[in-house]
Amino acid sequence: MSGDDQKRTDRAEEFVQLFNRGAEFTREIIRENERLRVELVRIRDRQESAAQNPRDWSKLRQELLERIQSLERECTTVRERLDQVEQENSDFAQRYVEVEEENNNLANLYVASYQLHSTLDLDEVLKIIMEIVINLVGAEVFAVYVLDDDAEELAPVAAEGLELARFPKARLGSGILGKAVASSEATCWNTTSSRDLTQPIVCVPLSVQDRPIGAIAIYSLLQQKDGFSPLDHELFNMLGGHAATALFAARLYSQSERKLNTIQGFIDLLTN
Amino acid sequence: MEKHRVLIVEDSPTMRQLLVFALRRLRGVEIVEAQDGMDGLRKVSSDHYDIALIDINMPVMDGLKLIRLIRGEDALKDIPIVVITTEGAREDRDRALALGANEYLTKPIQANRVLSVVRSLLKVG
Repeated sequence: MSGDDQKRTDRAEEFVQLFNRGAEFTREIIRENERLRVELVRIRDRQESAAQNPRDWSKLRQELLERIQSLERECTTVRERLDQVEQENSDFAQRYVEVEEENNNLANLYVASYQLHSTLDLDEVLKIIMEIVINLVGAEVFAVYVLDDDAEELAPVAAEGLELARFPKARLGSGILGKAVASSEATCWNTTSSRDLTQPIVCVPLSVQDRPIGAIAIYSLLQQKDGFSPLDHELFNMLGGHAATALFAARLYSQSERKLNTIQGFIDLLTN
Repeated sequence: MEKHRVLIVEDSPTMRQLLVFALRRLRGVEIVEAQDGMDGLRKVSSDHYDIALIDINMPVMDGLKLIRLIRGEDALKDIPIVVITTEGAREDRDRALALGANEYLTKPIQANRVLSVVRSLLKVG
């Protein structure tokens, strides 16, 4: 067989194979078509039979209506529960903020009282009182007053914002400061500064067991502070008790140290 | 968990303790305290810190000088710095920010505000 004949034979075989595959594909389509036709007839029969049987139809409809009502009730209940949960969530968020604020306030009070009682050195105690009033309260001009031994006059012993000598002494029971200390009642005016050093905006009497020992007088607040918060009032209360106790203890300790030194000196004198 | 090292440079022990209290609420934070600018410079130069909280008015070396020195050092210049100060004037804020502070908070501090700023600068949740 020549080369040309061989090529023709190969092409003829390819064509036959292609034709056979086409024929097979066509048969498959016809079979699928037949199957779908039967399925369609079955569905039509079922629909016609359902439509022709009103009792079944009505029953089915009733069942579906009941199901819809049940789902609607369920939906309402779920919505109500969701509202409740959202409300609870909001309450918890609000409570969280309150607890957080309370926590911060307690931290401030704890740190302040911890620092006040961390030393028995009088200068250190005064320094700590100053730090608390500057950093925690936010005061710019203020002074710490101590009542003299005769319990008659309040004299400034430490100050911030102005020279110590500029702060006037006050007699117990007279003037804003003297009256506040005599009554052991803290006073706080709703203003952020006073230029008159006889009229502080805040007086915090320092007393130990109702015995007045001094006061903190604030004359102006830092410029970024525009008023007093509940924490400030808590701090004033805390300072009124704890700063007083710390000052009192430091003074007693200092006096006892001095006495101890005197006695020791006396003993040394006698024994040598 | 990644550990963040925080340096507090503050001369007031009361403020330091208060800041430590606040920052302890962040998980994985190690806090180191310095009591003035010089102490702060020594500590920040000798160890790695992820953030520094610096007061302005301090003995020995003030906070502004410390910020200038930190920003002048190649190895330290990227440390986030939060200034915490009593100075509330606009010009004080501008000066500190111009020197390279990232945030400027005034006293009395709100613990939540400090935490929020530190979280944001450390990029922690």
